[in-house]
Amino acid sequence: MIMKHFRKILLSAALFGLMSSGTASAAGKLVLDGSTTVGPIAKAFASHFYKETGTQVTVSESGSGNGAKSLINKTCDIADMSRPMKDNELAAARSKGVNPVEHVVALDGLAMVVHPSNRVNALSKAQVRGIYMGKYTNWSQIGGPNAPIIMIQRESNSGTQDSFKELVMGKDNPISKRTETQSSNGAIKSRVASTPAAIGFIGLGFVDNSVKALLIDGVDPDAKTVKNGTYPLHRPLFMYTNGQATGSVKQFIDLPKTAEGKKIISEIGFVNYY
Amino acid sequence: MSSEDTARQVRSSAFVVSARKRKLQKISKMAGESTLLLIASFVAVVVLFIFFFVARDAVPFFQIRGFSEFFTSTNWYPADDPPGFGSLAIIYGSLMVTVGSALIAIPMGITAAICLSDVLPFSVRQYVKPIIEMLAAIPSVAFGFFALVILAPLLQNFGGPILMWTWWLIVSPFLLLAIIVVSELLTANIASEKKRKILHATSLGVFGLIALALLFFVGRKLQGIEILTGTNALNVSIILSFMALPTIVSVSEDALQAVGRELREGSYALGATRAETIVKTILPAASSGILAAVILGIMRSLGETMVVWMASGNSSHIPDPWFNYLESVRTLTATIAGDMGEADQVTGSARFHVLFAMGLLLLVISFVSNFISERIIVRQRKVLSGQ
Repeated sequence: MIMKHFRKILLSAALFGLMSSGTASAAGKLVLDGSTTVGPIAKAFASHFYKETGTQVTVSESGSGNGAKSLINKTCDIADMSRPMKDNELAAARSKGVNPVEHVVALDGLAMVVHPSNRVNALSKAQVRGIYMGKYTNWSQIGGPNAPIIMIQRESNSGTQDSFKELVMGKDNPISKRTETQSSNGAIKSRVASTPAAIGFIGLGFVDNSVKALLIDGVDPDAKTVKNGTYPLHRPLFMYTNGQATGSVKQFIDLPKTAEGKKIISEIGFVNYY
Repeated sequence: MSSEDTARQVRSSAFVVSARKRKLQKISKMAGESTLLLIASFVAVVVLFIFFFVARDAVPFFQIRGFSEFFTSTNWYPADDPPGFGSLAIIYGSLMVTVGSALIAIPMGITAAICLSDVLPFSVRQYVKPIIEMLAAIPSVAFGFFALVILAPLLQNFGGPILMWTWWLIVSPFLLLAIIVVSELLTANIASEKKRKILHATSLGVFGLIALALLFFVGRKLQGIEILTGTNALNVSIILSFMALPTIVSVSEDALQAVGRELREGSYALGATRAETIVKTILPAASSGILAAVILGIMRSLGETMVVWMASGNSSHIPDPWFNYLESVRTLTATIAGDMGEADQVTGSARFHVLFAMGLLLLVISFVSNFISERIIVRQRKVLSGQ
């Protein structure tokens, strides 16, 4: 009696094992973590990739810093980053036996956005720097209405924040302490959309009618000016893999080079690199 | 001898079935007690462990950077090169929103508790109390979302009128009460009935006019205020006070109920009115419980993270002037939550350890305030019991 049951259990266990191993080898699973800016690309790729190959792709958006951390701790296959890896992150990776390899997926412009009712349409890079350093505190100083400027930045975890510091602020120019902090592109957009005196920076892909993107140094931020480099606040977006990509990771990472990948990238508002 | 023995056996067997059963009872009693002790000590050990591990990671920060920068500088640039870890503005921001929420929640909470326990009829209380307690069941991220998406734009667009109406609603009942009481007191000792009535009327008129003028001019001034950013200390204080309210109301109402019928009826029997009974008898008798409620509520505000991270604006500066609740601030909890992502051992150790230093500071603040309130409660009990 017991033997009979035992056999049954054994059989079902074996069957179950066969089934699960079967699905694993057929489809597999990819885990992506990192930048909230690269997030939309990664998610659009993920659903496309699932339709094409049946591979499940999980995308987490926790900031570029966390993406790097996840790759170093081997909890993700691909780290999305909106800035290159820093030296200390590379060192930490090597000490843990991880070899991060950089892949550019797309280009992105950093749009300076204000409330649509703000009559300021264009600023120079120096003016933006002056605003965030606290040199200009009122819109009237730079040709706007008489209202104190509310600056909004990203948290220190953000790759967009790092790009902004590198592209606009430069070294030795600390951002004013009065600057408010929000934790995602979407949060900055909604704050700017509801605050008449606010200014913030978001990825080009996030700009819509609720906010107004400023001309920087006289150049409109759009796909063309980002691609040819005339818009001053542009940057590449990255995906990092551990070692040279192989198998489904390689297939995924090569998507930006394919026609469908390019279509997806421009559809969600980013600029093709390839 | 034998007859005596059997007699005892017969007597005892009426209560205890057998020696074996008695032994079993003893063992199960011991097992039960030791289980309880184990669980209780486990909780205590968890607290000690948290303290130990937070302190262990906080100490290296002070070894690297020393104490003075952390407590006296407002330069919070953890990601820059060279970094700045001055946390004065952040500590101040935490205190500011905690004090702000306490200023709103304590008077409201205690008043609501008195109303529930001594003013409203039982049938109403049955429904109102659970509704207030339901506030505690709303997740903090929902509160934060409300603060960011609804309250912040509301404050920006209608800040002045909102402040003015709040001022009118809160202050006018108190002013009315004060005018009546003051006029009553001023004219109480006048012998001639006619003279007293005339004086009473003029006093009411004069004070009434002064109060109206005060209401009007301060209201006008408040209406003129333009709130530039809705994610500010005021927004957070309001939301935090709503989060602290259920705790304060519920615990103080329990304390007020615990005072019991005897004291209330004794007070009424001595000829006291309901107001006198509440103010002079019930509140002092329940004060230790009310204090415990207040401390619990304040701890909730101090430790809350999600709401402040979403709604405080997170700018690490001390507002100008220092009591300006209309500017955005940054708190200890929000800084820990916001900076934890990048601050791994990977990216420079001071940056990682400074967050633990902040955590330790929060722990120390709550331990100290718990300790002080415990002492006050003990002393209050001694005073009340006449020792």
